[in-house]
Amino acid sequence: MTSVLHLEQVEKAYASGDGPVPVLRGVDLSVAPAETLALTGESGSGKSTLLHLAAGLETADKGAVRIAGRDITPMSDTARAALRRQDVAVIFQQFNLIPSLNVADNIAFQARLAGRTDAALAAELAERLGLSAQLRKYPEALSGGQQQRVAIARALAARPRLLLADEPTGNLDEATAQTVMTEMLNLVTEVGAAMLLVTHSPTLAAQMGRQVHLSGGLLT
Amino acid sequence: MRRAALHALLSHWRRHPLQLFAFLAGLALATGLWSGVQAINAEARASYDAAAATLGEGQFDQIVPRTGDVIAEADYVSLRRAGWRVSPVIEGRFDGVRLLGLDPLSSPGQFDFGQVADSGDVQAFMGPGQLFATAETAQRLEATAQVIVSSAAAPGIAVGDIGVVQRMLGRSDLSRLLILPEQPLGRPPLEQIAPHLRIQPSIQTADVGELTDSFHLNLTAFGLLSFAVGLFIVHSTIGLAFEQRRGLVRSLRALGVPLRQLVTLLAAEVLLLATLGAGLGIMLGYVMAAVLLPDVAVTLRGLYGADVSGTLQFRPEWWASGLAIALLGSAVAASGQLWQIGRMSILASARPRAWFMASGRTALWQAVGAVALAAGALLLTLFGQGLIASFALLGCFLLAAALTLPLLIRPVTGWAERRARGPVAAWFWADTRQQLPGLSLALMALLLAVAANIGVSTMVSSFRLTFVAFLDQRLAAELYVRIDEAADAQALVPVMATHADEVLPLMRADTTAEGLPAQVLGVRVGPTYRENWVFLTASTDAWDSLAAGEAIVTNEQIARRAGLWVGDTVPLADKAYPIAAVVGDYGNPRGQLIVGEALFQGLYPDVTAQSFGLRSADPTALRSTLRAAGVPDSAMTDQAALKAFSLQIFERTFAVTAALNVLTLAVAGFAMLMSLLTLADQRLPQLAPVWALGLTRRQLGRLELMRASLFALLVSVVAVPVGLGLAWVLLAKVNVDAFGWRLPMFLFPGAYAILACAAIAAAVLAALWPSLRLMRTPPARLLQVFAHER
Repeated sequence: MTSVLHLEQVEKAYASGDGPVPVLRGVDLSVAPAETLALTGESGSGKSTLLHLAAGLETADKGAVRIAGRDITPMSDTARAALRRQDVAVIFQQFNLIPSLNVADNIAFQARLAGRTDAALAAELAERLGLSAQLRKYPEALSGGQQQRVAIARALAARPRLLLADEPTGNLDEATAQTVMTEMLNLVTEVGAAMLLVTHSPTLAAQMGRQVHLSGGLLT
Repeated sequence: MRRAALHALLSHWRRHPLQLFAFLAGLALATGLWSGVQAINAEARASYDAAAATLGEGQFDQIVPRTGDVIAEADYVSLRRAGWRVSPVIEGRFDGVRLLGLDPLSSPGQFDFGQVADSGDVQAFMGPGQLFATAETAQRLEATAQVIVSSAAAPGIAVGDIGVVQRMLGRSDLSRLLILPEQPLGRPPLEQIAPHLRIQPSIQTADVGELTDSFHLNLTAFGLLSFAVGLFIVHSTIGLAFEQRRGLVRSLRALGVPLRQLVTLLAAEVLLLATLGAGLGIMLGYVMAAVLLPDVAVTLRGLYGADVSGTLQFRPEWWASGLAIALLGSAVAASGQLWQIGRMSILASARPRAWFMASGRTALWQAVGAVALAAGALLLTLFGQGLIASFALLGCFLLAAALTLPLLIRPVTGWAERRARGPVAAWFWADTRQQLPGLSLALMALLLAVAANIGVSTMVSSFRLTFVAFLDQRLAAELYVRIDEAADAQALVPVMATHADEVLPLMRADTTAEGLPAQVLGVRVGPTYRENWVFLTASTDAWDSLAAGEAIVTNEQIARRAGLWVGDTVPLADKAYPIAAVVGDYGNPRGQLIVGEALFQGLYPDVTAQSFGLRSADPTALRSTLRAAGVPDSAMTDQAALKAFSLQIFERTFAVTAALNVLTLAVAGFAMLMSLLTLADQRLPQLAPVWALGLTRRQLGRLELMRASLFALLVSVVAVPVGLGLAWVLLAKVNVDAFGWRLPMFLFPGAYAILACAAIAAAVLAALWPSLRLMRTPPARLLQVFAHER
């Protein structure tokens, strides 16, 4: 079966005053459909860079990044944007909600971009994530935990093949983080998406189907 | 996808209606002022064109009398018999309306009688006893003539068949003969058939459009200045709206909206809003022009004798130019932001970037721009020629001053911060410095408005003082008489000589000097002239040589245009006469050569005086005597009435300028209000910690008010030298190029202080709303700042 995400000998370096600083030194990784995977590592180890490469937000210096069998490295910005729209959803640590849209519109937003509006799914997600009473509110009126749930609902309402989450509960207290994580995993399973979770938390990582650790620019 | 992305982008305006209002109102005000001025100009030009088309001025050579105002019908018949293809024209005034009689059968083909008659044929034009005029003019004649309203007729003129007009005027002669473009070969020369007539080439005919160009250019410059001030609001609003949506742009891209599409959508959004704002502005401009047009019409009639319709039409040339400049202005304001978004990395910080003008690099570019513009202004001062160069100088100077303003204010706030005692004062000055980049566009707009007010009011007040002094010089006689018929005038001369203390006959003839059209004035040099006239420059025996007919005096207009100054000579007839003096003349834009009475009579023996100034200790008695001698009251004007009339024209001339001045200041105040309001939300994260540390919301609100007043005060201080520089350019450059005179500059410190107070009041008013909002901000809202930071 074709992997949803496949990284092959991926290298990435950032420029600095002292020359290029390598972050990824030849990473190989495959994520199967509906698989959940935790990516852990020290701060600055390149976890977020790997996630950005997987989302097509950045391009690799060397190697190939394939999503659903297609190498996205040589793709144009427009083609990568289309791939993100259709197959990938990203949950950022800072939520990245649209401040001028209310909760209901934020949840439906990515699905509308992908042309897959499903009002029933959006309503169910809102219900399951405890957002039903907040649908008419704007992001600024929500707590951090509520905003994070809106970001999760928005990502899943588009029925992505691959969900990429960068420290999605990093701004929440431990109890809330656990509640949100449990609900997110249930929903991911129901939607049938694969998930790559970047986290520092061993507890959260342990709940995923598989764990990989990034160190020195390589996966272990 | 496109719809969803556009919905997300547009939702910003729904959540920030004040920004939307600022955008639309700023653009509407800017476009309104610009298109209003253009509407006035377009209406006036259409009137000139209609007049030129009706009168044939500037189109055809004409045959006119060498002396006097009339041509006998016999001369016309002789010329036709000799083979000359000419068409007769008669002109005269009837009930205050200019009547024009034409012969439709012989008139040049370019005259569209069908159009004037609105019915399409010459027969309609020749209908029995009828005239054609605009609705406005027709109203003035309705009691005395059968007038058919025609939209194609020139304002202030009623046109009809020559026979009809001759009957109405009670005349059987003609005013001039139009020479048709195609003439038979071998016809005898004019001198042979009618030596008392001469050919006046079309190029020498007064073109009212040319004469009034300078006036319209002045209005256009004002419109442009107002547009620039309004554009500051648009630039500021677009900048803020884009700034606030940087996070949104990043999110949309991360969610899969391609960059190119985002930029296209943002550009389309600006285009849509700009079209809306421009549409509102065009409506506003129409209203403004409709209100100001009657004053402008009076001005143009008073200054140039140009008749302009007082009714405004919705002409495409002005509304299209308003729409075009609004779209162009918005495109310029948005292009920088779109370019930045196009270059912004998808992973760039979503946190609102500090206002771009805060960066040291922008300050450097500002300084470079200011120096380049100042250098341009200097070069134009030294080497610029003509009205366009003078306005370019104005533009460079004002923009350089505006760009320099933040660079001047920044060190002042830095200095105050260093000298501040106490933590609140130190914070206040530091915070003021931090606010400067966000407010600098609004402050620049305020500077331009205040400087324009100072400059224009200095110019107008200086002009007023000079003009009043000029009226005292020129209108020294207590009574003025104008007799229509030369014979009647000559018969009255002994009566006037007997009863007046001094008779000042005034004779006129047309000529050319250095290729320029000019008027020769014949004056009787006596104590009145010697005591009242003040020369700009003169030889020691100017009056004696003028009286002796050995020299002439020129007015400033022709001196500057033709470069003729004291010591130069001007040929008149067969002899060159030295210029003994140059006199200031602020009553008309034409060149004049003033000669002694005897010399004038030698040069133009057929011209007799029909206008007289009369000196008398008892002008009322003199008036009664002349009335008894058969001079109608309408032919006599006393000095006070003439002065009052002249001053009235002057005041109305500058009523338009004053209105535009006030509007510009209002727009600048609005710019300040919009900047403060749109910045108010961004200020909360800066003010919340200070509130948490112990300052009350009321104190913070008061400090905001104080800051606005302080900025306005600093702007006013800078505006004084800038405004005086502007006044100098207007007086020494623009006036010289536009009207041919250079006016002395007077200073009015009291007026400047009042203007500074007005600017501060405008700033305080602008700051009042955001300050009150801050004072009433619920604590929970301020606490939210900390919650979000966490």
